[in-house]
Amino acid sequence: MSGLASDSTTQRDLLRLATAGSVDDGKSTLVGRLLYDTKSVLADQLDAVHRASVDKGLSTPDLSLLVDGLRSEREQGITIDVAYRYFATPARTFVLADTPGHVQYTRNTVTGASTAQLAILLVDARKGVVEQTRRHAAVLALLGVPRLVLAVNKIDLVDYDEAAFAVIAKEFEAHAQALGYSPDAVRTIPVSALVGDNVVDRSANTPWYSGPTLLEHLETVPVEPDPHDAAFRFPVQYVVRTNTAEHPDYRGYAGQVAAGTIRPGDEVVVLPSGRTSTVSRIDTPDGELSEAVAGQSVTLLLADDIDITRGDLIAPVAAAPAVSDEFDATLAWLGDKPLRPGARVLVKHGTRTVQALIGELAARFDEQTLATVDGPESLELNEIGRVRVRTAEPLPLDDYTAVRRTGAFLVIDAADGTTLAAGLVGASLVSSGP
Amino acid sequence: MTLTDIRLDALDRLESEAVHIFREVAGEFDRPVILFSGGKDSTVLLHLAVKAFWPAPVPFPLLHVDTGHNLDEVIEFRDRTVERYGLRLHVASVQDYIDDGRLAERADGTRNPLQTVPLLDAITNNKFDAVFGGGRRDEERARAKERIFSLRNAFGQWEPRRQRPELWNLYNGRHKPGEHVRVFPLSNWTELDVWRYIERERIDLPQIYYAHQRQVFKRDGMWLTPGPWFGPADGEELVTKTVRYRTVGDGSCTGAVESDAADIAAVIAEVSASRLTERGATRADDRLSEAAMEDRKREGYF
Repeated sequence: MSGLASDSTTQRDLLRLATAGSVDDGKSTLVGRLLYDTKSVLADQLDAVHRASVDKGLSTPDLSLLVDGLRSEREQGITIDVAYRYFATPARTFVLADTPGHVQYTRNTVTGASTAQLAILLVDARKGVVEQTRRHAAVLALLGVPRLVLAVNKIDLVDYDEAAFAVIAKEFEAHAQALGYSPDAVRTIPVSALVGDNVVDRSANTPWYSGPTLLEHLETVPVEPDPHDAAFRFPVQYVVRTNTAEHPDYRGYAGQVAAGTIRPGDEVVVLPSGRTSTVSRIDTPDGELSEAVAGQSVTLLLADDIDITRGDLIAPVAAAPAVSDEFDATLAWLGDKPLRPGARVLVKHGTRTVQALIGELAARFDEQTLATVDGPESLELNEIGRVRVRTAEPLPLDDYTAVRRTGAFLVIDAADGTTLAAGLVGASLVSSGP
Repeated sequence: MTLTDIRLDALDRLESEAVHIFREVAGEFDRPVILFSGGKDSTVLLHLAVKAFWPAPVPFPLLHVDTGHNLDEVIEFRDRTVERYGLRLHVASVQDYIDDGRLAERADGTRNPLQTVPLLDAITNNKFDAVFGGGRRDEERARAKERIFSLRNAFGQWEPRRQRPELWNLYNGRHKPGEHVRVFPLSNWTELDVWRYIERERIDLPQIYYAHQRQVFKRDGMWLTPGPWFGPADGEELVTKTVRYRTVGDGSCTGAVESDAADIAAVIAEVSASRLTERGATRADDRLSEAAMEDRKREGYF
């Protein structure tokens, strides 16, 4: 098959996915295999890998070299940072965030998972589901990644043993269900990234496996629709103003629809001010729209001349979010210095950045037992916990589990600008697992 | 049509993401600038900027780091495009730096590595705090690790181990005085996406991207155009070929490929079938070492 369709008029879906796995599970090799077998790797890149593999004294090309982009990664043979990869088939275009699985795993997994519609978890068939598999799955569930694939890798090293695969699949599927995944949102596939079994091409070595190959699954899995049916949410990014003969006294509110649908004539409220108006027009440079849906960047014009600036949120009068300056949230702590109660930080929610105070630390998610520990003294790098947040200005908040885009926020260090945490509005922490 | 019938395809989503990025920068930075060379990626970048702020004009100036080794067609296209959109263009001239001795010509005549100093000086002198570039993560594996908002220190350097996690579409552009942020709205595009978008939006490009007759000479396996970059040298024979350029850069190290692709559809078919990346095929500077791009980026390159 051709990795890249030449028919330029074909409309393709876009699937954003992330990979996660422990060190040495062969994740870079799997991604390399996916790129290689979809012919997304071109001859000069392959030549470079062949040369480097020979230099390292290897007899077969090391496909992980396609992915490990930084000098220190190649030297140490590990992946340090999230890498983005692109491949396409006639059916779909794929944006893949390849997240490393060692010490900084939460930081990297959270980054990759925040935009992913599907995640591929890897395990070594000889080791099965390990502690880190469970942690990764818990983080993916927390971030609301809609679908999981467990790739049971190195199936060749257990002699393509069906029973070994079945034990791993059963254990993982039970864990995923305990995290809230329905059975049809989880798929387990026996693969060998090194040999190529069931990655792109169906393997003759696993006659007992009747399911799709990894790529077949990625091409056919339903792309989770944008939340069109959710209530409309529109964070205002920028006020477009001009005054020309063609556009006299033009004043439009530019943004990307975060959730829901909007049409001219809809009654809206601007938050936090609470002023109301009606959408008079939805503008794009390609013409006016009769409706705009989640994912589209548009410019809204309102019937009334009211004060709106960047940072405001436009929502339907009938389904506006609660506006609050104190709320519960779950934080995935990414800062080098631990979080302690009373920390003064910045919160970036939608297009608004406000000063904030982290009050009590209500609970910490214990990664060893997958249980919660009440009243921790601090939250360390890569730890996940539930906190109480107070903000200097009220914010229009949705629960993260209801609307991902308007339930998410960043915690930022006011002094040096570092991103300290991924924040999820709401009190629900990851369930404690099986 | 019911709600769920509205499907955004991959190009719609890439466009919407890029427009969102432009508007975020406009909302949060004081002095953004768009790097504009007249090449296909920066032309697409400018097209997206125009769409992001329509019907108002693009609220940023443009910056071109001119190696002095550009093909005339590209400079003409650059100036025509700037005028068409009514924008302001800053030019940082590598030639000026060489003329007054601040930079020395390299032995191989290649000027791409010389762009870094004029670029950083232009950023510092104009106090630009956000610099849009057309870089794509699919171009090269060090770029694959780049963030959409990439913080640079006061020396313009990229420090891969200090990159911020990039979560959802919440971009953190906070920086200290003297630091700046490089912004890459085309991060998630591939070469083929760029061409499909050029076709869909009917974007005008310099004619050298399409097949034409040209006098060229062969060096390091690439077809180069004769010019003030020490070519052709003794033993390098000048021949006429039907060629096109896949990338536009410094004439001394950017080669043309033999091609009959005279229009967009033919180019898309050619790119789809190509077995070489655009950089591998036409950029000598990226062939220098396994980490050539990573090293230049650490020094402050695009």
